[in-house]
Amino acid sequence: MNATQFLSIFISAVFIYNVIFSRFLGLCSFVAISKETKPALAMSLSVMFVTTMSSLITWFIYRFLLIPFGLTYLRTISFILVIATFVQLVEMVIRKISPHLYRFFGIYLPLITVNCAVLGVAVLNSDMFFVNNKAVTGSFYYSLFQGICVGLGYALAMLLMSGIRERLDLCRVPEAVKDFPLAFIIAAIMGLSFLGFNGFKF
Amino acid sequence: MKKLFQEFLRGIVKENPTFVLVLGLCPTLAVSVSVINGIGMGIAAAFVLLGSNIIISLLRNFIPDRIRIPCFIVVIATFVTITELVMKAYSPALNRALGIYVPLIVVNCIVLGRAEAYAQKQTVMNSLFDGLGMGIGFTWALILISGIREFLGSGKMLGYTMIKGFNPALVLVMPSGALLVIGLLLGFFNILKNKRA
Repeated sequence: MNATQFLSIFISAVFIYNVIFSRFLGLCSFVAISKETKPALAMSLSVMFVTTMSSLITWFIYRFLLIPFGLTYLRTISFILVIATFVQLVEMVIRKISPHLYRFFGIYLPLITVNCAVLGVAVLNSDMFFVNNKAVTGSFYYSLFQGICVGLGYALAMLLMSGIRERLDLCRVPEAVKDFPLAFIIAAIMGLSFLGFNGFKF
Repeated sequence: MKKLFQEFLRGIVKENPTFVLVLGLCPTLAVSVSVINGIGMGIAAAFVLLGSNIIISLLRNFIPDRIRIPCFIVVIATFVTITELVMKAYSPALNRALGIYVPLIVVNCIVLGRAEAYAQKQTVMNSLFDGLGMGIGFTWALILISGIREFLGSGKMLGYTMIKGFNPALVLVMPSGALLVIGLLLGFFNILKNKRA
């Protein structure tokens, strides 16, 4: 476990293999909610929180339940159930504790259950930081850190996109590409610039 | 019989999951680098759709309304696990090419969307044909996108070089090329729709 490894996880998760522009995880919410900055920010913060927590929880499940009992083939089913339950729990807690926060985040939380980025980061962690069903040294910290970084990458893409789309409201665009198609074309151009980070390797 | 045929056709054209409903784009864009990958992903997703549609419609009178989503997810995840294991055993190369996108069929919005919007209210026969139609609709969309990307991006089709001396536009096989192709295709289908209206 050393600092270079963390730096390389950071760079690759946020820039090189950005969840949206390169891995295409969480595209539905990315296109649907990026019309204005404020909801985009709320959504990215909730995604960041959920990816981090689900990396943590799924690591424990994989390491202490699935591997010792030889049940790794149940990975998909157990991860998705735990994530769905966790998201539901968070929603209930937020509703109880702070109605204000609930109004800010509440409607986005159920959406996150079916956000591929959350399950994606859990699957990626178990692919990358477990070799032959054994945890590599420091795999816990790597998984947690990758969860945070994937959330950061999502937030970066979301904020950039919502900034552009807010200005787009003032432009006249062809009828045929309004809304969805134009969002994809813009994302393609942004993805091109993200390709430039490919040179950053450690 | 005619009604069943309509159920079947609906997913292929009128409510095509990719181009009309714009659902389940993550795997569509990620794996459409080559036609072979596209077909593999399409068949895998179609199998999951078919299986989960049948089981959910069989269980529709037993699942309590309040906990239906977790129940659907368990059924879907079971079929995804079956697909994953079969693919690992019989076609390891395809499994390696599709990578994490095979387990991610679980969160493909098409599958859960059909369960929620259709299978939980309809008879088994209807759901079967709906799943079949949606699966084929998804597969042809994938084949179209991956065909465009593979042909223009690497000058090949199904791995064979098509035109000698053709200088391919590499950007189309890169991730951002996928976004560009789907954006332009959606725009194109919008033009067709506006023309007809």
